[in-house]
Amino acid sequence: MLEIKGVTAGYGDFTALFNADIEVKAGEAVAVIGPNGAGKSTLMRAISGMIPLKGGAVTMEGQDTRSIPPHKIVELGIAHVPENRRLFPRMSVEENLRVGCYAPPFRAKFSERLEFVYELFPRMKERRDQLAGTMSGGEQQMCAIGRALMSDPKILLMDEPSAGLAPVIVQQVFDLIRRIRSDGLTVLIVEQNVQQVLKVVDRAYLLEAGSIRHSGSSEELLGSEDIRKAYIGV
Amino acid sequence: MEFLSEYVFSVFFVETLLNGLLYGGVLALLSLGLNLIFGVIDVVWICYAELVMLGMYTIYFMHVFYGLPLIPAALIAVLVVAVLGVVLHKVVINHVLGKAPINQLLATGGVLFFLQSIATLFFGVEFLSLGVSLGSFQLSEDIYMSTSQFVAFLVAAGAVVAMYLFLSRSYMGAAIRAISQDRDIMILMGVDANRLYGITSAIGGGLAGLAACLLSLQFDVHPFVGISFGPIVFMICVMGGLGNMVGGFLAAFVFAELIAIGGYFADLEWGTVLAFCVFVITMFIRPEGLFARKS
Repeated sequence: MLEIKGVTAGYGDFTALFNADIEVKAGEAVAVIGPNGAGKSTLMRAISGMIPLKGGAVTMEGQDTRSIPPHKIVELGIAHVPENRRLFPRMSVEENLRVGCYAPPFRAKFSERLEFVYELFPRMKERRDQLAGTMSGGEQQMCAIGRALMSDPKILLMDEPSAGLAPVIVQQVFDLIRRIRSDGLTVLIVEQNVQQVLKVVDRAYLLEAGSIRHSGSSEELLGSEDIRKAYIGV
Repeated sequence: MEFLSEYVFSVFFVETLLNGLLYGGVLALLSLGLNLIFGVIDVVWICYAELVMLGMYTIYFMHVFYGLPLIPAALIAVLVVAVLGVVLHKVVINHVLGKAPINQLLATGGVLFFLQSIATLFFGVEFLSLGVSLGSFQLSEDIYMSTSQFVAFLVAAGAVVAMYLFLSRSYMGAAIRAISQDRDIMILMGVDANRLYGITSAIGGGLAGLAACLLSLQFDVHPFVGISFGPIVFMICVMGGLGNMVGGFLAAFVFAELIAIGGYFADLEWGTVLAFCVFVITMFIRPEGLFARKS
């Protein structure tokens, strides 16, 4: 479904990601793990068009993302839940969800998608009129995921969904990812919480210093002595 | 006590407050336009009042020179200034986006003087009057209101309400408010920021054009007419918290009342002096603006 071939990306003169190859098949859940500053967020931003590619290509169901303006990438069915949630803090929950449905092809389905998101997150329905910036971290993460789901995506990119959340909430976030998966949505997730994320995905890539060092099934990576030592700490 | 009964509990004071309220309506319209542009594009159009000046010339020429009725002339003026807003964005603002604020200030300040000089060149320094007098009407036994001020207030209030509905009810309005809160992720929402900037510039220009029509009912147009309200509008926006549309709206009425009340107790010009003093003192006490949000 999503193919990343030889992608190099960065910010200005600085390159954070070198020649990355990643593939996500329909229905899969794939994780990208690695230490801080490895280029994980850069990868996500390059896929969704937040930053331009310096080399390589991203194709979604055969369509090269460089052939369309970056703001149209979401219309290919790629939704990105950015790092730190990035809600519009002075807008209500429902207004945040509305902005997620901004692209003209999505608007006709607004009510239907809103109902879907409210069913997935009854808490969001209760808080529909609350300003997003006044909610707890866990609620904000729900709202951010909900906003991405408003576009009825084929693949959901999640950048550090558990960062900065209390342990109990982290557990809820991973439960949620399981639920989203079981609905048949394809997921590409970047996480530092390696142990948890490997329990919900099928495969993972290890990114270090901007390059993919290793890839394999979750069981394989969980079993790897090196990865256990470096990222799980047991 | 004598002071109070003579000056404050007087029908003339009530009239003063009402006049301040009416003037506040047009200022609120202008500050809404300037705040909208700042919020979305993150650049202050220092030359905003000069766009109003060009709008006043447009309605003057359409009505007096080409003999169009007032309403079509006004619509053309709104349209012309909306287009000017887009041109300003494409020709100048686009090149200073994301640059240091001082560069943006100098660029738009340069446009201010450019527009003043070009207006002087083409239209001369004469004061031109639309020549429309709507007279006045009697509100109560002793209170007379200027009809043109009243009409200006009603139209401005209508435009502010329309803007409120647009910003709160439409997808485009939601995106406009969203982009002022987080610019970088708008691409993920499928928003073409450049298109949004163009539309916002057209709306900001259109509001300046509308204000021009309302002001030309009360004031003559000349190349430097922008000076008489440009600084006031800018200070209103700063006092309300730059980019905060609700704050700017309230500050417009605070400012208009200060001008009116100052003018009531002394000469008319003293009203503006008082308002500017209050502005400077506000900057000492609350530099983030009177109605700034707690962050």
